[in-house]
Amino acid sequence: MMRVRFWGTRGSLPVALTAVDVRARLIAAVRSARGATLATDEAVESFVDALGFPVAGTFGGHTSCVEIDGGSAAYILCDLGSGARPFGQAALARHGAASAQTYHVFMSHVHWDHIMGLPFFMPAYLPGNRLRIYGGHRELEAALRRQMEPPSFPVPFSCFGADIEFVHLEPGVSHEVDGMTVTTLRQRHGGDSYGYRFEKNGRTVVYSTDSEHTVGEPEETSRFVEFFRNADLVVFDGMYSLADAISVKADWGHSSNIVGVELCQLARAAHLCLFHHEPAYDDATIARVLDETRRLEEITRGDHALRVSAAYDGLEIEL
Amino acid sequence: METTNRVHGDVVVVAPAGRVDHETAADFERGVVPLLDVATGARAGLVFDLARVTYVSSVGLRVLMIASKSLRARGGRVAVAAMQPVVAEILEICRFGAVVEIFPTVEAALEAMNNA
Repeated sequence: MMRVRFWGTRGSLPVALTAVDVRARLIAAVRSARGATLATDEAVESFVDALGFPVAGTFGGHTSCVEIDGGSAAYILCDLGSGARPFGQAALARHGAASAQTYHVFMSHVHWDHIMGLPFFMPAYLPGNRLRIYGGHRELEAALRRQMEPPSFPVPFSCFGADIEFVHLEPGVSHEVDGMTVTTLRQRHGGDSYGYRFEKNGRTVVYSTDSEHTVGEPEETSRFVEFFRNADLVVFDGMYSLADAISVKADWGHSSNIVGVELCQLARAAHLCLFHHEPAYDDATIARVLDETRRLEEITRGDHALRVSAAYDGLEIEL
Repeated sequence: METTNRVHGDVVVVAPAGRVDHETAADFERGVVPLLDVATGARAGLVFDLARVTYVSSVGLRVLMIASKSLRARGGRVAVAAMQPVVAEILEICRFGAVVEIFPTVEAALEAMNNA
């Protein structure tokens, strides 16, 4: 069994609900409560659950950080966006500061939103812990050190007490990491990015974010179809609409929901999870994109049904 | 894929048929690109008659985008018309209403373009 936990799902920049957003939700909830009988706690919880995710929940605002739990003692993470901070806190709460742990971290690339969580990743400060940071960029270590240099940050990288090692990965080569087979694919993004395919005990998760698909290049399509082939879950950068992705936001390094559906259909993947949400989108907009993407899958479905979801901070998917 | 063209004044009507997907989009593009050079002048236009198109994928929509960018840069117009409901829904989901003009029929598209 594999379990995927999403600690940060937002693209480009962290966002947060504002007071105006919260008030609007409260007003919507209270309006919906008119005439309802809410005499018991169970009735209240059922009522809240029925309000819908954009009112009763939120997709969250932390940037990219995804945990791949393959059942071993060591942790496997994708990216160190701001979601790495709550992940680190949860790991410390689970084990305590005195219990040494190993963290394998696979970096898609070193743009700010994917590295900004490291200075606040508490396990890195604790002696005894081990961090293995993997990636395809030669400048990976330099980029992580640089963001902690003055005047950008007051605590230097040298203050980390954990044993930290950087491991360079060659695209297309499979590596064995803590019982997991990990394969890397170079992706189209400013300065390149890397996707990761994780396989263990017959289960496969693909993490493919910050990846632009030029649409109309058959060789590129084939590469991704093979990379996604028969995956149980594909975490996919669906930041823009197709119209934006191939016009005003061409070369911005991101993809669309329709390309995610098409690639997963061609690859016969089981589950597409939209990820790296546009920071300008509110919860209602992301929920609408999800509904439309599910409808798109439905009307374009052949003999293979594809499950579609949208990642949110706190989501867990069991494979 | 089968594509027929006909000319109405300064407007060319392109009528593909079948699925415009990863298998057929290259043919579709090869049929459309030469028309972009033909369509010149202030009243130039291209209308995609999609009545016989049952499905269009991202690669097919990319051809519409190429046509739109090319003609709009020269003051021309690009429209789609007579879409089947599924195709209309795909264009809506992909936000292509901002890329091409949408008309219920070819006649309506031609009237709008010729009366502009």
